[in-house]
Amino acid sequence: MTPTLNGRLQTRIFVVLTVGVIWTLIVTPFLPGIDRVGDGYEAAFQLLAIVLIAGLGWELVYHGLQQFRWEKDWPALFGLLTGFNEGLSTWLLGVSFDVRVPGTAFLILFSTTWLLLWFWVNGPMRVFFIRWRYQGGRVF
Amino acid sequence: MTVTTGDLTQTLLDTSVWSDVMLADAGIPVYDAPFVTVGGGLGSLTMADTLRIAGVPTSSIAVLTDLDHPMHTYMYLARNSQIPDHERLRSDSASVLDNIWGWPSYALREAFTAKSFTGWFAPLLQVATEPVLTDYYTPRIGDVGRSVDRETGRINWASMVHKGQVRVVRRRYGGGYFALHTPPEGTSPTRRVAFRTSNVHIAVGYPGLKFLPDLQEYRQKHQDYGRVVNAYEPHDHVYEDLVRRPAVVVVRGAGIVSSRVLQRLIEDIENRGARTTILHLFRTYTDGTHGPSIFMRRRGHGGFAYQGFNWPKGAWGGQLRYRLENLEGKDRTDLLKVMGGANTPERKLWQEQLKRARANGWYHAYNGEVEDVVPGPDRKIVTHLRAKDGSMVDVAADYIVDATGLEGNLREHRLLADLLDHAGAGTNPLGRLDVEPYFEIRGTANEPGRMYASGSITLGGYYAGVDSFLGLQFAALQIADDLASRGFCSRIGVGRSLSQWWRWVRRRSPQ
Repeated sequence: MTPTLNGRLQTRIFVVLTVGVIWTLIVTPFLPGIDRVGDGYEAAFQLLAIVLIAGLGWELVYHGLQQFRWEKDWPALFGLLTGFNEGLSTWLLGVSFDVRVPGTAFLILFSTTWLLLWFWVNGPMRVFFIRWRYQGGRVF
Repeated sequence: MTVTTGDLTQTLLDTSVWSDVMLADAGIPVYDAPFVTVGGGLGSLTMADTLRIAGVPTSSIAVLTDLDHPMHTYMYLARNSQIPDHERLRSDSASVLDNIWGWPSYALREAFTAKSFTGWFAPLLQVATEPVLTDYYTPRIGDVGRSVDRETGRINWASMVHKGQVRVVRRRYGGGYFALHTPPEGTSPTRRVAFRTSNVHIAVGYPGLKFLPDLQEYRQKHQDYGRVVNAYEPHDHVYEDLVRRPAVVVVRGAGIVSSRVLQRLIEDIENRGARTTILHLFRTYTDGTHGPSIFMRRRGHGGFAYQGFNWPKGAWGGQLRYRLENLEGKDRTDLLKVMGGANTPERKLWQEQLKRARANGWYHAYNGEVEDVVPGPDRKIVTHLRAKDGSMVDVAADYIVDATGLEGNLREHRLLADLLDHAGAGTNPLGRLDVEPYFEIRGTANEPGRMYASGSITLGGYYAGVDSFLGLQFAALQIADDLASRGFCSRIGVGRSLSQWWRWVRRRSPQ
């Protein structure tokens, strides 16, 4: 991917609100340690909101780092590995905002969502938005 | 009485804007086509593909070409520059020539058609970890060719093709253009026919190949076309002779073509017993990371400047695309110079080959300006080189391979020269066709008609990667969007994109 800053932010917002929301709806009832589905959804969507909002901050950091890359690209591997720092920040922010979710459930929820978003922006997104890859990841 | 032969007349040649009557007087039959693309190579193919996907029927597109197949010229140049069927190109996994969406990518398709676990896993791992842990994934030329064959069938390319040559495209009184077409002899009752159209697309590829001037001079003066060769022309006899006897070969140029020539030479030494000494002449010897600022530093060593593709990736659709788009004149050419120049990918295979070649004394690099090339004793060809410290070095060799990949200027191509002289086209700061960001050729509008161009003839404009698979697809999409805004075709929005992609998956013709 060769994102611009605007493209990064738009892509983050768009894929979290579409693919992220759909996946959270599907997977949450099956997470271990969730007693009531309603509580599970509440916690899961709070975490997704953190991935979205804190993620916008992370995108600024990534964009800053990208400036040191000659190709002005963001390799797929980086998109995968940033799951570690974002996973950690999401967990810590979740704890500080008192989001109640068991550790295993968080791990499954976060990692599957991250992998799906990663796969999505590295392929199928282009089928929906044919100009997306030419405009630095801008959706609109 | 006027004799009508259906041929060009002096009046037509001298008149920049033609009328229907003038063609009738000359006896040239006129056919109507809403969209004409001239060239018939990969530029025309991506254009026709995109328009078909945007809902344009084959009956509205005329492809004027003397090529038998859209990959004909590409394959010819690739084979000559030492890319056999199993070798990989220098093109991104998602720059999929037969699929304007770029998904599934070449890497995915290679994986899912593989017959072994390694064949499945290797491309997936490579594309997921490129370029950090591995080289960039790049597709095999054979796979690209086969998938293009499928797509030409799917869009019914053959039904749009009109074989013949186009050397003149002129504006028409009342709007639009005439493309004057010369069909093969015996296939038409008249020598020429004209296509009357509102929209012309010019995609004729390289205007011509160019030799380094000193080598051109040597060849002409000494009539030596066998020992001083261009890497883009057939030159297999050089490699065959090098296997037969010990010899010295000079390689000029530091781009990807030189890397491929070096690969061939070193493989012949290692696998076929050639006893070749390779002397590599660099005009600009890059020995370290280089660039104008800490934010624009490119890797380099051993003479070569390294980057994955012929431009930094961000030039195709990221920050660098927009930066270039906002620049004019010298600022634009300056940025192009920083991002481009001679460069080659830092592939592990090539690095290891060069390392062995240096260690074994097969490969020597020279840095300097060539003063001239002259015949020497013992039938050698001697290059007089002025080294960076001002001293003169004589380099004697049996063969010289020009791998600089220079392209000729527009005037060498009859159609392009005619566009400059009669159709209102102009040149950009690099001397190629001056086009708008949406690839209309500036100065050629003839309402309601428009003339567009794509490919290497537009280099120097607002988009760097014009001479690449993705660049051709980008240009085609920009042109299709412009045509859509004028009501010629549908804009490829989310709905059309999805439905047409699904048709592609099922190998159904576009609708």
